Amino acid sequence: MHIDSIVDGVVIDHIPAGGAMELYRYLGLDKLQCQVALIKNASSRKMKRKDIIKISGNIDINLDILGYINPGITINYIQDSKLIHKFQPTLPKRITGVIRCKNPRCITTIERDVPHVFKLTDARNAVYRCIYCETRAKREPF
Amino acid sequence: MKSLIDILDLSTKEIDELMACAEDIISNPDKYADKCRRRKLASLFFEPSTRTRLSFEAAMIELGGSVLGFSEAQSSSAAKGESVADTARTVSAFADILVIRHPLEGAPLVAAMNVPIPVINAGDGGHNHPTQTLADLLTIQAEKGRMNHMTIGLCGDLKFGRTVHSLLQAMSRYDGIEFILISPDELKVPEHVKTDILEAGTCSYTETSNLMEVMPELDVLYMTRVQRERFISEADYVRLKDTYILTPDKLKAAKSDLTIMHPLPRVNEIPTIIDSDPRACYFKQVRYGKYIRMALILKLLEVD
Repeated sequence: MHIDSIVDGVVIDHIPAGGAMELYRYLGLDKLQCQVALIKNASSRKMKRKDIIKISGNIDINLDILGYINPGITINYIQDSKLIHKFQPTLPKRITGVIRCKNPRCITTIERDVPHVFKLTDARNAVYRCIYCETRAKREPF
Repeated sequence: MKSLIDILDLSTKEIDELMACAEDIISNPDKYADKCRRRKLASLFFEPSTRTRLSFEAAMIELGGSVLGFSEAQSSSAAKGESVADTARTVSAFADILVIRHPLEGAPLVAAMNVPIPVINAGDGGHNHPTQTLADLLTIQAEKGRMNHMTIGLCGDLKFGRTVHSLLQAMSRYDGIEFILISPDELKVPEHVKTDILEAGTCSYTETSNLMEVMPELDVLYMTRVQRERFISEADYVRLKDTYILTPDKLKAAKSDLTIMHPLPRVNEIPTIIDSDPRACYFKQVRYGKYIRMALILKLLEVD
């Protein structure tokens, strides 16, 4: 199978096999107008099988959330067909609008306009808590 | 503009300054009688409260300020479905400082994020009640003369009691604090409180179900209610309910300068016969609550 290399854009690599679709939804890539390629079950020396997402064009999406979802992912920024920046995401200090608070007594479950915001309270154990009620975020398995 | 939503919004230095200010108010009330003249405090109580609401209102009045607001959600626009943010925005047009109690956790934070004036959390569901904690801290400071190197026993419902968790959080930041957690197995301090607060700080703690056994060690005894509705089995409640009643007999083993505290209301865990014991400080605690709220209002309004 052949997928063109991208000239300008982002390649999200080392996504655990089977995880690309979920990541696609988390990042809201369905809302983008540019070309997006999802590659499932690509061979990987390190992971045996992995998923890859290639996004073509200068996009403006917040990739911080990737650190919460899976810090093992690699993000590659491509410009003029050259790799200009490659990094693994770190845990974001705050996550907005991605995780829902499950506490029925939390203001966010009653008042729909209040954004769901979680903050990193324990970086060593990747613990996030709701800023309103301090309920611990349940990490959804990727 | 600074607000008080969680006790950890304040550093120990800020808490010490507030307590020093409260002690000065106690000594020189006249000096503060006019400090908040022409200032208005809005008390937005979306659920009933006697002690906290009246304490805030008395605090503002004693500072020479005025009070407006409502004491139940039914008499506010919340009954028409108005959001907390909108109610807070509207009231902030009429007042200099907001005090909010709400049954939903996080409501005061939402208010604080939407108004340009300071907000004080006066209790959000079972979550935070930082001014109760400030009242507890001032009681300890005023009665013991220090905030460090002491043994504090917390007794009763340590699982659901928000005042207990906040007090653990606040006191664990001071040096040489030893907590003795006295409760039945069913009402022990939750694991997350142990890992996040007790094991993260420099304090030490032990757990026991026997109040009598540890009584001689205590400098402070913080009593709480054991509530029937917390038990799945009625038999367990009946078995345990009298275990944590403080009797004159039990107090015989206590230090002569023990400070007995309770966030109130009490039911039967402290019989009225204890009230005349000089070590009983729970009604003083209510008074200290007013003074620390006065100090807090001054601080948040940046009044010198």
